[in-house]
Amino acid sequence: MSETKEKTSADATNGSPKPTSPNADLKLDFASFWEYSSAPESSDFVEINEKYNHFINGEFVEPEKGRYMKSINPASEEILTEFAEGTSEDVDKAVQAARKAYNKTWSKLSGRERGKYLYRIARMIQERSRELAITETMDGGKPIRESRDVDVPLAAAHFFYYAGWADKLEYAFPGRKPEPLGVCGQIIPWNFPLLMLAWKIAPALATGNTVVLKPAETTPITALKFAEICSDAGLPDGVVNIVTGAGQTGSAIVNHQGVDKIAFTGSTEVGKIIQKSLAGTYKKYTLELGGKGPNIVFEDAPIDQTVEGIINAIFFNQGHVCCAGSRLLIQEGISERLIQKLKDRMETLIVGDPLDKNTDIGAINSKAQFEKINEYLEIGVNEGAEIYQSKCDLPENGYFCRPTIFTGVGQSNRIVREEIFGPVLTIQTFRTPDEAIEKANNTPYGLASGIWTDKGSKIFKVGQKVRSGVMWSNTYNKFDPTSPFGGYKESGIGREGGLHGLYPYVKLN
Amino acid sequence: MNKVSLPDFNQTIPIDQIGVEERVARLNSRSIKKESKVQGLKLALSMIDLTTLEGKDSEGKVIQLCSKAKKPYAPMPDLPTVAAVCVYPNMVSTAKKALNGSNINVASVATAFPSGMAKLQVKLDDTKFAVEQGADEVDMVISRGEFLKGNFSFVFDEIAAVKEACGDAHLKVILETGELETYENVRKASDIAMHAGADFIKTSTGKVSPAATQPVTLVMLEAIRDFYRETGKMIGMKPAGGIRKAKQALQYLVLVKETLGADWLTPDYFRFGASSLANDLLMQIVKQETGVYQSSNYFSND
Amino acid sequence: MSDRLEVLKTYKTYVGGKFPRSESNRIYRIENPGGKHIANACRCTRKDVRDAVVVARSAFDGWSGRSAYNRGQILYRIAEMLEGRKDQFVNELELLGAKKKNAQKEIEISIDRLIYYAGWTDKISQVFGTVNPVASSHFNFSMPEPTGVVGIIGPDESPLLSIVSLVAPVIACGNSCIILASTENPLSAVSFGEVLHASDVPAGVVNILTGNRDEMVNHLTTHMDVNAIFNAINDSETKKQLDENASISVKRVKHYSQSDWSEEKHENPYLILDFMETKTTWHPVGA
Repeated sequence: MSETKEKTSADATNGSPKPTSPNADLKLDFASFWEYSSAPESSDFVEINEKYNHFINGEFVEPEKGRYMKSINPASEEILTEFAEGTSEDVDKAVQAARKAYNKTWSKLSGRERGKYLYRIARMIQERSRELAITETMDGGKPIRESRDVDVPLAAAHFFYYAGWADKLEYAFPGRKPEPLGVCGQIIPWNFPLLMLAWKIAPALATGNTVVLKPAETTPITALKFAEICSDAGLPDGVVNIVTGAGQTGSAIVNHQGVDKIAFTGSTEVGKIIQKSLAGTYKKYTLELGGKGPNIVFEDAPIDQTVEGIINAIFFNQGHVCCAGSRLLIQEGISERLIQKLKDRMETLIVGDPLDKNTDIGAINSKAQFEKINEYLEIGVNEGAEIYQSKCDLPENGYFCRPTIFTGVGQSNRIVREEIFGPVLTIQTFRTPDEAIEKANNTPYGLASGIWTDKGSKIFKVGQKVRSGVMWSNTYNKFDPTSPFGGYKESGIGREGGLHGLYPYVKLN
Repeated sequence: MNKVSLPDFNQTIPIDQIGVEERVARLNSRSIKKESKVQGLKLALSMIDLTTLEGKDSEGKVIQLCSKAKKPYAPMPDLPTVAAVCVYPNMVSTAKKALNGSNINVASVATAFPSGMAKLQVKLDDTKFAVEQGADEVDMVISRGEFLKGNFSFVFDEIAAVKEACGDAHLKVILETGELETYENVRKASDIAMHAGADFIKTSTGKVSPAATQPVTLVMLEAIRDFYRETGKMIGMKPAGGIRKAKQALQYLVLVKETLGADWLTPDYFRFGASSLANDLLMQIVKQETGVYQSSNYFSND
Repeated sequence: MSDRLEVLKTYKTYVGGKFPRSESNRIYRIENPGGKHIANACRCTRKDVRDAVVVARSAFDGWSGRSAYNRGQILYRIAEMLEGRKDQFVNELELLGAKKKNAQKEIEISIDRLIYYAGWTDKISQVFGTVNPVASSHFNFSMPEPTGVVGIIGPDESPLLSIVSLVAPVIACGNSCIILASTENPLSAVSFGEVLHASDVPAGVVNILTGNRDEMVNHLTTHMDVNAIFNAINDSETKKQLDENASISVKRVKHYSQSDWSEEKHENPYLILDFMETKTTWHPVGA
């Protein structure tokens, strides 16, 4: 709302003393006039079944134990659908189907033909993009702007990219002959359900493997729609199997003897459990785990674009992003000015109905995550940090969180050290590049980082010293199927995307 | 003028081109529907500087334009009028007469528009003539050649001198961003203009391509925002040239709303320099009222 | 035969560019197959492991920051130094029961293997780095970087060649390492430390501990500041234990047990890549 504002130039020029910069008394009013009317994406034509079963051997089959779980829309807290709870029997059936498909059909196909299936799938994702985007938004709470403009197009692009590799693999591994591993067990998170599925399935199939994939228990629907696409594309039975369920189902996949490789994206905590479970087996594995990305801003940064980058870094997908730039490190000289600009920008973020085309920040994915974030907000305040939240209105129902920044934090604070996985940014300052590098690296994580400066040589210096798998310079949270992604240290093992994303799915002879 | 220490214009404020364009793309994804659309369309109409700047301009054409300005669409008498009519200096008195009794301002280009390739005295005389003829607003051009040469103090002094020659008339400073090429130049020229006394900064003459673009406008709006924070003084913004469609106009308004806020969403601080935009806005407004898609046959070309 | 009494060598560890004894001052007997005492080797402890990891960590920045050309020259220098001490190593291996011909072969392959990896230092990122044609207006490239501190667990066979084969790919790309030498055959490893010391390898880049491997291996592989494990012991219990230890800090584990270290397949850039991380950098393309 508009508070005291200096409206006319006369007020400011009448012999008043020179204002200091930034002039914090001057408020920009982003709320009082020309409010955008609601612009909901129509979900009328999207069909979500009342009940979904596993997709095994090309068919939707009921779970052996007959148990189902519920998926809710986190923006309304209403039940969207029921889906099968996978047990070890279901997983076993799926692994056997995948093994059979691997032996009988998929490994016998030429790379060219495998690629053509992937191209078909890419096209069908594009054709059903609107439906998939709406479904993703309803099931997971992310804004339709993102599912429409980021998740779904990138998922299709991933299949398109890896389709082209299927008959060119010998060029990817100099001096070696790549061979598929066999059956891949893949477990994906709830933050980018369809996109993570694409990251997992596309390279696995391109290299000649078959898969058993488990989507997250809060966001299973697009994976099951993807199963329909596999059917429609005529993909041989058993090449892709989708088993739904929660942690126990995932554990059954990890521990199944018939699985040759595990690909997991999720928390570092679970990643460590998986790595431990795989001890002593010969299964290959890739892990994409958590992060606490430093976003380093030098005083010569392009400041207005930096503000936008900070917003993208932490508020993209409600902050449910493992590579989020959740630790902002600002060079002292511009920190006051930058924070002022950041606060202004935060006031223009629209939090609300994920299906509204103007929504910037949707619903927190689940009640559990919502509670976890709130707990961290409390921890931050109790640790003595200064909290600032944008003043936006929140819907009455559903799990929503205001964009939040914490200033006055120290390296030892829990909100600085631990992954919150929500729209919560901590802000620290630094004076020299060395101090920035030290703060950036002072974490067990190493997934992604950002650097903002107009000076090219500084980007290379700092970029080399900061230990993380992705270095976004003068940009943040950009993704592309050709671009490898993955962590250093406790942020994971292996890369997904690009040529490097083929390695985890082949053995080299 | 407020005593604010002048920045060193030899220092360049870094601007990342891709970042600016991504921000614009994101702002363009705003969906303006229903009431907010009608409100936006009418607001845009009220912000137009209805413009004719051709060598073949006649008194008849200017008079016709002025009647359009006063009553954009006769069947809907409650529509807002445009903000101003913008003409060459020798048409100012004609426009002034034709707009008599309305709140619509007369804006005149001056200072050897559009190239600005003339001596300062000629530019000052041009300005004074326009003001004497009754111009409420003067749209000057900066000396792009001197700017690109790095002669920033020349540009600054020239603007300050024209500002003085304007007297009470509002000064809009045209940067001709199509010739400045980089966003960093646009930013620097904006800062020079504002510090030298501009009341408005304006993108283009309309005679150079590209004319107004949204990324350039965003950069200028951000310059205005920083200047406001620094001095407390609100400067207006006018993109001009190439804005023909209602949808574009709404996108510009989104830029303003989310960069500077509600206080700038008024003809006092934001204008469109355009001629054909008015009709497209009218067609969209009528469509919103009637639900029927419109034909240009039913709207006067002026 | 001369009457001169031979000077025997005291075998110590190689840590931080120095040759300290174990902090515990414990030793154990190394005998030849006939049971004759050859030397006393240091029986290192978890504290020696701890100290070695600290030293390796502090050496990492400098070593990984060296130019690839410089690292290649230093690896080549190791080969040169080894060539010059061929006889010493042959004798040492013979003392422990190896046939002369085999000992000669082992050292020659070791030298050549070092030269092989010396040549990779400035080619690995050319062959395995990529420029990625992303769809947006960004320049995007991926480069391999060293993983960090690597724990190497040496096997009992081919005590020189195996250590060279394990160390060379690890340090070629800029990692630093801690080697747990064979419990049975630690002497060549320690002597190799002397070669490293004479080869401009910066202090702390390679650290060699001897002793009862079983007493140290858990401390090394659980150490939170170790990033990767290169294990050459072929024992399923040990492997499982290492895997579990690794999981507490998401270490990379490469099991690489071999029966014949002389095979050419051990000269392999993919072994370098196993101890590298791919970093992908984005930057906008604009004016």
